[in-house]
Amino acid sequence: MEHPILFLNILFERLGLPIVGADHAHTFVEFMLQPHVTYAWVAMLILLISARFAVKRLEMVPKGGQNFFELVITGIEDFMIGVTGEEGRFVFPLIATLGFFILTCNYMGMIPGFFSPTASLNTTGACAVIVVVFTHVIGIKFHGIKYIKHFMGPVWWLVPLILPIEIIGHLARVLSLSIRLFGNVFGEELVLGILFFLVGLYLAPLPMMFLGLFTGFIQAFIFCLLSMMYFAGAIEHAH
Amino acid sequence: MSKKIGLLTTLFVMGLTTAVLAADPAGSIEKAEGMSFFVYSAIAAALAIAIAAHGCGIGQGMAVRGAVEGIARNPDSSGKVTVTMLIGLAMIESLAIYALVIALILIYANPVSTMIQKFVGLAG
Repeated sequence: MEHPILFLNILFERLGLPIVGADHAHTFVEFMLQPHVTYAWVAMLILLISARFAVKRLEMVPKGGQNFFELVITGIEDFMIGVTGEEGRFVFPLIATLGFFILTCNYMGMIPGFFSPTASLNTTGACAVIVVVFTHVIGIKFHGIKYIKHFMGPVWWLVPLILPIEIIGHLARVLSLSIRLFGNVFGEELVLGILFFLVGLYLAPLPMMFLGLFTGFIQAFIFCLLSMMYFAGAIEHAH
Repeated sequence: MSKKIGLLTTLFVMGLTTAVLAADPAGSIEKAEGMSFFVYSAIAAALAIAIAAHGCGIGQGMAVRGAVEGIARNPDSSGKVTVTMLIGLAMIESLAIYALVIALILIYANPVSTMIQKFVGLAG
């Protein structure tokens, strides 16, 4: 739809690699070089390098980067234990990874020359599918075959009614998780683009960018919170 | 009264666009009908986001009212109430975002638009 100036695309074109729009990719290399794929790799690199710098020298009395990361990660973990309970502590790495990845992706769209991978439905859909599949993995791990009781409703003669509704509800989780994140980030970028074309000379997009920082954080937080609630629902016993 | 005026205005605008497109001397009647499809898509997108913003505004207003009343009665609880309210607001807002996505699909990525274009002879 739009063609923003992306420094990675320019770099790849100089290197002679094929760069095509999102709708015209056919070969494997073309699919791999779409902006939401390449910038997802950039987000991963940023996260890996910052983590490497933070834990380069582990000390008993932390300072600097280690202090910051310990504070953030302890905060997330305490919040998560409050939602899922003590037995949900093992899913903490997944939740924290998703949170950091989505936050980095949301904020990358604010920098000129960068692209938010979460402004593409493919990235957000991948995250949502991971969360929903892992919900059922947790349910089967905790309850075994009895996990099917979660889908059965309170009494046996309501099963034909409740079962399709529950299945549709679980499939709708993928839709709502992915489209919420995608719509927020993509709408933000679209508003920024339109404002820039209209009155970009007078710094009109600037207040919108502050709003973008706010909504980017809130949406990453909401994604993690909803994932925690789904996991907690799979861990608890069927009523 | 205002409802009636709004309805009449909508009808008038719809009629006007159709009449203008039909009166286009260069285009054939199929072309005009194909164009009116896109005009109605744009109107549908505008209506979708307008209705969604209407309901979303009412819902967010009620949520904020509840939170402010709670903080006014018990100022100590403001931190927790604010965080919960922000989460709730983001949840309510996602409904308007769904409508925004639908509106964007209608305008930019309408799944049947190429079919219509081929049918009326706009695209080869």
